[in-house]
Amino acid sequence: MTEIPESLLRRSAEAKAKALGLPVEQVLAEMKGEAPPTPPPAPEPEPEKAPEESVEEVPPAGGTPAEEPVVDVTSEAVVAPEAPKEAPAEEPPADPVPDEAAVEASEEPEPETQPAAPESEEAVAETSGEPEPETQPAEPEPEAAAADASKEPEPETPPAPAPMSEDQAGAAETKEAPAAVATMVEETPPPVEGNGAGNGKVAATVTPRQVLPPTGTPEGVRTQRLLTVVKARAIQTVKTEPTDKVNTWPHLMLMEFGALLAITGFLVILSVIIHSPLLEPANFNATPNPSKAPWYFLGLQELLSYFDPQIAGVTVPTITGLIGFMMVPYVDKNPSHRPSDRKFAIALYSTFLAGAATLTIIGVLFRGRGFNFSYPWKDGVFFDDLKDWVQFE
Amino acid sequence: MANGNGKVGLRDRVKDANEKLWGSQLAESILRPGSPFKKGYSDSPRNRSYVVMNNVLYHLHPVKVKRHGVRLSYTLCLGGLSFFLFILLTITGIFLMFYYTPSAQTAYPDIEALSTNVAFGSLVRNMHRWGAHLMVLSVFLHMSRVFYHGAYKPPREFNWVVGVVLLFLTLLLSFSGYLLPWDQLALWAVTVGTNMAGFVPVMGAQVKFALLAGVEVSAATLLRFYVLHVLALPFILVIFLAVHFWRVRKDGGISGPL
Repeated sequence: MTEIPESLLRRSAEAKAKALGLPVEQVLAEMKGEAPPTPPPAPEPEPEKAPEESVEEVPPAGGTPAEEPVVDVTSEAVVAPEAPKEAPAEEPPADPVPDEAAVEASEEPEPETQPAAPESEEAVAETSGEPEPETQPAEPEPEAAAADASKEPEPETPPAPAPMSEDQAGAAETKEAPAAVATMVEETPPPVEGNGAGNGKVAATVTPRQVLPPTGTPEGVRTQRLLTVVKARAIQTVKTEPTDKVNTWPHLMLMEFGALLAITGFLVILSVIIHSPLLEPANFNATPNPSKAPWYFLGLQELLSYFDPQIAGVTVPTITGLIGFMMVPYVDKNPSHRPSDRKFAIALYSTFLAGAATLTIIGVLFRGRGFNFSYPWKDGVFFDDLKDWVQFE
Repeated sequence: MANGNGKVGLRDRVKDANEKLWGSQLAESILRPGSPFKKGYSDSPRNRSYVVMNNVLYHLHPVKVKRHGVRLSYTLCLGGLSFFLFILLTITGIFLMFYYTPSAQTAYPDIEALSTNVAFGSLVRNMHRWGAHLMVLSVFLHMSRVFYHGAYKPPREFNWVVGVVLLFLTLLLSFSGYLLPWDQLALWAVTVGTNMAGFVPVMGAQVKFALLAGVEVSAATLLRFYVLHVLALPFILVIFLAVHFWRVRKDGGISGPL
């Protein structure tokens, strides 16, 4: 068995000690096995006890809880509000060993309770709940109230079920573990009077009780023990959505290898067919007509023939081209990736693409002597890169 | 083993030699665990991971990639092709460097000799030239693909900026190589190009002067472009490439499906 951390043990011991009214140190020693256990609660629940307890509780004017023999249920597992669906509400109320939800359902005897007015917003795993209006919500949880409201009480509530045995409570707790919070319930004596008609509260509730001295714990009644306090979020946070992934090898790398072979093959074939141009040696005194830049700058050169160099040479390439492109992610604040949401961006880029392609094609094919407009099929192609390849004459 | 004649068949001998080769201590020492060439390789998820993790080249990749990213129609492999073309250009470029002297007197004759006297010289030169054009094209198309997928959006903004720098460097690399044959095409294309560089705001004249190593194209320009082309720009480009690839992974791999 693994060692339980001291801090956790101490926490549990404190809870238990509070529940039993014992000194913490003693309980702690017990838990560590260093001391003989104090009279342990009986392991099995006592079904016969339950009716007595809840029966007398249902009538609001019933005996004070302080006098009840079943008093040691002090710390309760609070039903996880986030997982109310887990508590089956269909349990027959008369079930001698109902689960928490059933307990709750059966604990609301008031016919006039309004589901619309759930003020006590707390779903409590109530082993011996009473329908007091003045509940002490340990942790207000709005959804819990809704969960409760769904199981609306029948007017005639049969006698409440037996208190849960510890295993049941434990089971319930683990069942709702991810979101469950085990809490100490405040011990407040329930009001004896005045809740007969005023039970507007729907949500069932913590029943605060007085704790009898531990020695008075009746035989067979289990006390609930606080194991630990678990924040609902701590266990449950899911940070990343699982994505559909495949192994890089072989899926991606075969694809890349195929692409690599394809481009190499394409390039070799291209290089066998088309020869690189090599004109006469450089001669500073013979300016060819026309003089063209490499094709990727020809769009720019084309612009230069329309506009003043300060515009075509400065504004367009540096501002639009470089800085503009770099700023794209900082200007485009639209978070969506879907094409249907980014019509403007796509239209803008497509315009740029079409414009650049048009200018380049004009510059490559439709500019002849003196960089004047010419038709390639009439005047020939004035583009030396393709000189040996594209011949219209 | 032996066939009916008591002789060992060729197929068996090849198989035997193969096993000896890949099972040898040398092969064992070279091949890292998970190599598909390693003896006894089996196709298992573990080995599939090892293939990627234990190879100096492949480990640029993550062990697993999003399924949609593998589809050819998503990326068209353009980024990978750009990188591969860069490698191809490096290899062919190194080959060309053996036969080329960057001086105004020898540059042109060297290129001529390359086309006629050197085995595969013409082919390699053609591959280098067309490969460079292809690379400009594929880098540009890669950028367009990224734009249309909105892949520059957070958290990938900075990688887009790096990519724009890479495009610019690619253009510069291609342009600086343009001058090296030292023929009329090279000379005047570069003249036109650098004239455009002269229109750069504020420091146009300085940029032009720095590029040309003078006020106009000259023998000094040839050397300058040569050094830029074979050393300086590739050096800078590789640095940006490293950042680019690294950021692709750090930013969560390929962008999500549309």
